[in-house]
Amino acid sequence: MGSVRRHAVLASSAEAVWGFVGRPELLHEWFPISSTRVEGDKRWITLPSGITFEEQILLVDNDLRRFQYSIINNPLITRHVGTVDVIALAADRCIVVYGTDIEPEVLGLAIGAAAGDGLRTLRERFGEG
Amino acid sequence: MPRRILFVTTDQQRYDGLGCNGGTIARTPVIDSIAGEGIRYTRAIPSNVVCMPSRSTMLTGQHVATHGVWMNGVALPVDAPSIAMDLWRNGWRTALIGKAHFEPFLDPFALFTENTLASLGEESVYRESANGRREPHRGFEHMELATHNGMGPLHYAKWLRENHPEAVGMLYPILNAQLQVNEAGGGDTGAPQVKHNPIPREWYHTDWVADRAVSWLDTQNDSDDWFCWVSFPDPHHAWDPPMSELHRVDWRQLDMPAGWVDDPVERERILATKPAHWLGWYHGTFVSNYEAPARWVPSTLTADQVREVNAMVHIQNELVDEALGRIIGLLRRKGWYDDVDVVFTTDHGEFQGDFGLLFKGPYHVDSLMRLPLVWRPAPSRAAVTPATVDTPVGLVSLAATFADIAGLPRPDYTESARLPLDDGEAAGLGHERVLTEWDSVLFGKIVSLRTITRGSWVCTATLPGSVHDGTDGELYDLSNDPLQHVNLWHDASHRAMRDDLLEDMWRTLPHAAAPRRACDAPV
Repeated sequence: MGSVRRHAVLASSAEAVWGFVGRPELLHEWFPISSTRVEGDKRWITLPSGITFEEQILLVDNDLRRFQYSIINNPLITRHVGTVDVIALAADRCIVVYGTDIEPEVLGLAIGAAAGDGLRTLRERFGEG
Repeated sequence: MPRRILFVTTDQQRYDGLGCNGGTIARTPVIDSIAGEGIRYTRAIPSNVVCMPSRSTMLTGQHVATHGVWMNGVALPVDAPSIAMDLWRNGWRTALIGKAHFEPFLDPFALFTENTLASLGEESVYRESANGRREPHRGFEHMELATHNGMGPLHYAKWLRENHPEAVGMLYPILNAQLQVNEAGGGDTGAPQVKHNPIPREWYHTDWVADRAVSWLDTQNDSDDWFCWVSFPDPHHAWDPPMSELHRVDWRQLDMPAGWVDDPVERERILATKPAHWLGWYHGTFVSNYEAPARWVPSTLTADQVREVNAMVHIQNELVDEALGRIIGLLRRKGWYDDVDVVFTTDHGEFQGDFGLLFKGPYHVDSLMRLPLVWRPAPSRAAVTPATVDTPVGLVSLAATFADIAGLPRPDYTESARLPLDDGEAAGLGHERVLTEWDSVLFGKIVSLRTITRGSWVCTATLPGSVHDGTDGELYDLSNDPLQHVNLWHDASHRAMRDDLLEDMWRTLPHAAAPRRACDAPV
């Protein structure tokens, strides 16, 4: 099992950041993917390499500000849970934590890299805290 | 008079793979001839024994702690220092043809420039620098990139898919279904990463790299200064040279390498005298990184498998030598050869059966650390007496050497002086020691080593991790123990030497920046 975690401290309120990253259909606006499609509790994302992942949305908790999803129906990926947490640090400051647990483990590194890129986009959008 | 540098690298090539270094199997007349006209270094050492950190050192002239590429999978920042950029800024034409590997290969999110060039149909990308000038990626205005197989986004794979799609599946699949280094065996002996490859020789990456280098060089003008880094992916595994060439070396006729220990009891006894990660890997109980197949257990390696792997490597080395000969031939036909400095080396070595092991990893012994290095200064630039340099030197000196050839001052960012032209010059340039670092941190498995090579001594300290508590290490006297079978770390009579080497190492090793940069891929 590959377990990775990336984070960014942002200079915006948790409400503002969650209002963006908590919307599964907007993933392509901050994550390095080409497109996002959401239908009910399913999401499909397409990578720049052309690979498409089908995902089950497990949790969108607007109180906890936690989003969880799992890549499903993929012949290579046998286990996966991804979690995005937005945690308030102050009225105008928060931390975004992106974690993934995945089998095969090497994909954890690649998804971690993508998360790092996505968090850089969030820093540009919301400011570094 | 134009100045030109032909920088030739192989990947994972042992010192003893070349005839000029005493190799008796592979015929390498081209490199041997270059060595005969220049300087042959008998103890050239990398800053790290895997690709990305070592190659980053070549480009930056910096130790691993400074450039920060501490493991394969950690990208060299695009704004990192680059000797190629310095040359380009001074009007040189610059190219890198073959394997770059400053950025990770496994890149499904297309995050890294070097993986996107081929799909963009580009040979470089230009970015605005701090001075407002648009500058090419890492200073290379021309990049045509390759690695060891036909899969993935690089130029060679794209060329193979578009022109010879039937050949893509002929090459050994480097990764298995779990995206780990493939353990599948082949050839005659079932050795891992060996395959009888039906690909025609002219489609194999070695000849493709030479073809592309010849093509680029042929477009240069007589008055151009140029820096051409020709980077062959071989003889790195997979060991799958074109099977049309297998007649060159019959593995059944090969002697076992000097580093092979035939008696398994004695082999384990030797491994047990080294820090615990050695024996752990041998038995398959501790796999520290992605440099070897996770599902392959080295203790299962047979003598015949070692012979076959070595035969494949010898064949790959011969093909590289012949490919280099074609490039040199072009330079001669154009009347340029006497104006070209030729530097030949590799990024790290390979066990090839030493200690009963294959591949590489956190093992700082000659198998992985003693590298071929040859420098033939351009005769029209410098009258140099052919020499052999026995003083330990590091690949960290390459960037300063290229600057020196170009007549540029040594860049401030480099951390070592240029290579010496002879042993007498070495001390004056500060070649007193060479430092080598290892860090692997993967899902809780942590190994860190720091090594100093000074004179005939090699001393490695382990740092606290998931295997070591930081008290163990290795100390070898190369003059009396060339195979590094006798670890003197705990030997009381060598305590003073060990402590002196460690004090020297800790005093001179740069401090790594914190926090450590993220690892974004297995390789």
